[in-house]
Amino acid sequence: MAESQAQDRPKLMRRVFPHPLLTVLLIVVWCVITNSVAPGTIVLGVILGILIPFFTYPYWPHVPRGFRPFKMVSYLFLVIWDILVANVSVAWIVLTKRNSDMRSTWVVIPLDLRTPEAITLLAGTITLTPGTVSADLSDEGHCLLVHALDADDPNAVRDEIKTRYEARLKEIFEYES
Amino acid sequence: MNPESFFEWCLLIAIASVAVSQVLAMVRLVKGPNTGDRILALDTMVINAIGLIVLLGVAEGSEVYFEGALIFAMLGFVSTVAYARFKLRGDIIE
Amino acid sequence: MIAILEIVSAIALLVGALFTLVGSYGLLKLDDPMKRLHAPTKAGTLGIGALIMASILHSFTTGIDSVHEILVMAFLFVTAPISAHFVSKVHLHRGTCETPPPPPEDKVWATRGQADDGPLAPDQAQS
Repeated sequence: MAESQAQDRPKLMRRVFPHPLLTVLLIVVWCVITNSVAPGTIVLGVILGILIPFFTYPYWPHVPRGFRPFKMVSYLFLVIWDILVANVSVAWIVLTKRNSDMRSTWVVIPLDLRTPEAITLLAGTITLTPGTVSADLSDEGHCLLVHALDADDPNAVRDEIKTRYEARLKEIFEYES
Repeated sequence: MNPESFFEWCLLIAIASVAVSQVLAMVRLVKGPNTGDRILALDTMVINAIGLIVLLGVAEGSEVYFEGALIFAMLGFVSTVAYARFKLRGDIIE
Repeated sequence: MIAILEIVSAIALLVGALFTLVGSYGLLKLDDPMKRLHAPTKAGTLGIGALIMASILHSFTTGIDSVHEILVMAFLFVTAPISAHFVSKVHLHRGTCETPPPPPEDKVWATRGQADDGPLAPDQAQS
């Protein structure tokens, strides 16, 4: 549905706003960095938000299609909550467990995601959440190598990442397929 | 104890413990058996230094430290990536 | 109101300092290179996040009203996974950690594959 909408949009709009979300992000960042929401600041932010995507458009590999911003916001809140929980649990493990008691293992996660942006977000999420760091990607991008600090069962870690994060990212980025 | 002096005490404790963690990271930088550990220790030291800059900004009640912290964050990230990239490929710009 | 804000920001300072300390302590205490990666990337990042929240809250008590420190926090949260990823790639490339299991679907992990055709690191070229 979003695909056909994108094609129906007038060509001029596409040329002026190649990345609408990037424009919004630039305006917000400009307002935060100058620390004011005065009309002048917003106007300058809008000018920057139009000019920067316009002139950097040739360098962007491709515009992601079918991206759902509102699901992304709810995903962000989930991740922030998980970061808080994860930090407390990792701090507890570091402070209380002896080195020999930690069962750290490699976990291999076969990926269903194919979009580069989605895989990047998944890897970042894994690094910031419970006791796991994403270490490497296989050469054609079908598996992700993850290191777990203290995991009883590597399969449980893999299943949790797949159901909790990957399924949601698939809904955000690749829901058509 | 009134809130202001409580805040002053907490600020002192925070500065002291971030300074101690900077020293701990420096011990790992000197000891660190291999290159990866040293890169990680440097990255941690950059993050702790940002914390110290922010705390200094709170202590002085001044806004100018924000730019310093932001620039330190950017330079620290770029130098970590450059160092790691040099170790991975033997070259930074190909 | 201002008193409550001041106490909340003081507590945020303590939490941030504690997490920063735990991050660096974990960096020193843990014994395996890959394990060491966990402590600073998580505890350190949240520690700085809490310190910056304290700074923002404190600026509201003194009337400066600045929220732009949140950019530093956003930047750190975006870049911390990338730094960690690069450090773990260095560990994998130089073989200073346990060898990971081979990937089930593709041939090799990207870092090992690159090491074969990329230019040699200077210390490897000499030996």
